[in-house]
Amino acid sequence: MMEMASFLQILESTIRLATPLLFACLAGLYSERAGVFDIGLEGKMLVAAFAAASASYATGNVWLGTLAGIGASLLFAGIHGMAAITFRGNQLISGVAINFLASGLTVVLGASWFKLGGQTPTLVDGMRFSESPLLDLFGVTDAAPLVQLIFGHSILVYVALALVPASAWLLYRTRFGLRLRAVGENPAAVDTAGISVVSLRYAAVAITGVLCGLAGAYMSMALSAGFLREMTAGRGFIALAALIFAKWRPWYCLMACTLFGLLDAVAIRFQSIDIGILVIPVQFTQALPYILTVVILAGFVGKAIPPRAGGEPYVKER
Amino acid sequence: MGKMPRWADIVLVPLICLVIAFVFCGILIWFIGQSPVEALTTMVSGALGSTRGWGYTLYYATNFMFTGLAVSIAFQASLFNIGGEGQATLGGLGVALSCLLIPWPHWSLALLGSIVGAMAFGAAWAFLPAWLQAKRGSHIVITTMMFNFISYALMNYLLVNVLRPIGKMDPASARFDNMTNLPKLGDMLGAIGIPFSNKNPANISLLVALACAVGVWALLWHTRLGYALRAFGKSEKAAVYAGINPVKITLYALMLSGGLSGMMAINAVQGEAHRLVLNSVEGAGFIGIAVALMGRNHPFGIVLASILFGFLYQGGVQLAMGTTIPREVITVLQALVILFTGALPYMVQKPLERLFAGGRA
Repeated sequence: MMEMASFLQILESTIRLATPLLFACLAGLYSERAGVFDIGLEGKMLVAAFAAASASYATGNVWLGTLAGIGASLLFAGIHGMAAITFRGNQLISGVAINFLASGLTVVLGASWFKLGGQTPTLVDGMRFSESPLLDLFGVTDAAPLVQLIFGHSILVYVALALVPASAWLLYRTRFGLRLRAVGENPAAVDTAGISVVSLRYAAVAITGVLCGLAGAYMSMALSAGFLREMTAGRGFIALAALIFAKWRPWYCLMACTLFGLLDAVAIRFQSIDIGILVIPVQFTQALPYILTVVILAGFVGKAIPPRAGGEPYVKER
Repeated sequence: MGKMPRWADIVLVPLICLVIAFVFCGILIWFIGQSPVEALTTMVSGALGSTRGWGYTLYYATNFMFTGLAVSIAFQASLFNIGGEGQATLGGLGVALSCLLIPWPHWSLALLGSIVGAMAFGAAWAFLPAWLQAKRGSHIVITTMMFNFISYALMNYLLVNVLRPIGKMDPASARFDNMTNLPKLGDMLGAIGIPFSNKNPANISLLVALACAVGVWALLWHTRLGYALRAFGKSEKAAVYAGINPVKITLYALMLSGGLSGMMAINAVQGEAHRLVLNSVEGAGFIGIAVALMGRNHPFGIVLASILFGFLYQGGVQLAMGTTIPREVITVLQALVILFTGALPYMVQKPLERLFAGGRA
């Protein structure tokens, strides 16, 4: 039964670790589908995690914290939008700048507000998301392991999961979604149809901001109890890798994030894996998401083709 | 375009961007209840007030010259290499292997060995992303970014399991032989009668970096390859029509870039640490992006921008030691410089152009 228990444990942490990836991955999906490359997911997550934990600590309310996280992330998304859309700058460079801005700003503000070297004080009950609201709601105290696995997660886990079909519907079944995808493939055509490329792209970037905000809020108020410096630790880039791995499609985002979450869970649980003929070092498991993404990008196993107008600012009436 | 005099475009735009970034950081320091003036004086006196401070400034500047030149040579071919971190990490491995495996009889030979090792390993780490970009159209930004992360994992594995001496706990290689120690800048200047502190890590790599800057300049503007590289960067279609092989140019540009990034390790690994440690690059690969943007993609500008960032970096260390202002203020400044010079150039350029046009009318 030992194996069964540790198997369930790995599945449980897979779900918990995949959730921030899924939020960030879907965030990137909107932006990149609208033709705005975003390598600043990491920075937006980080700043959101910090703002969420700080506001939650200050007000004692997890929901105000979440709002603050979303707000901070939206602000950064706004900077990226301004650079990428209005001023037609280099979107990749802007993303790099956003990551640094978040990394510096969170420590500077955190260190001077809380005097803890860049982290927030530990968040107690009420300041963080409750661990299993669904079980609490029905008064279940000693749930069976399987019930625990399915229903025993923070509310944001279910929000993230619900966002997958919601995004699929929004992108493929609504007029807004059609336009959003079109603006990433052929903005000139959208413009000719009398629809504003600029406002569509801003809308997409704003959605990205909100979702990155949720990813950050989950990091600092559900996955852990407070903000630690550099706590996103490259998850924004793994989410970006997952987005490419998923070839910019919502349902595949779920699969890619689950896979990468599983790899993360395995790397945390086992130091190295002995499979008889050779030992797989933990570092290999950690690097696997990146290696898989390069393989997919190389196009030997199903080519990943990004949205055609991605990364290019749109100039009206060329 | 072309409404501005050349000097304004080259000098004024980056300077204005820098001033805006400084003002923002000043406001940030004021916002957290500290004195921006005190911060600036601490930085200036700590980084430039003594030859020891200058030594540190120049040591950091040397790192940034290598990575800045690396980013810029790829920029010239319209390729954005953000894999400087990974390439410099691997360059460190090349330097370490050369220093550990070969019993060098003299530091000058060890330096040559390290240069070859650093360039070879850095270039090799750039090869696969370059080849994928050239042959398969995989986006260079994403692949080099992935290779950064892969390099961290690889280095972690090698230092923990392979290079770590038996009985040692920390993940680092053995110390290099003293014979491989590079001459310090302080001693070199002292030998020709200029008093300069040698209690800092600045070393002969600075001269190697300056030579690289001249080399990159000569390569870009005075050779056939440099012309092809710039032509490819300006217009891929025109370059191909002119008979330039796009695959070759992409490979050359990115491997040169990787090699230059790798060279950073002769300064940081051989010159300073004398052993290979985890995270020997310390973000210099990314600062290279800011340096290349600020230096307007020209080797001369990059040397100046490197010294500026060397000053900022050393100033940041002084801030952390002498005041309660966190050194991450410098990260914010660096982010703002990248943002304004790289992503929002039109925001500064357009009003300036209007100003100059108005002045003439």
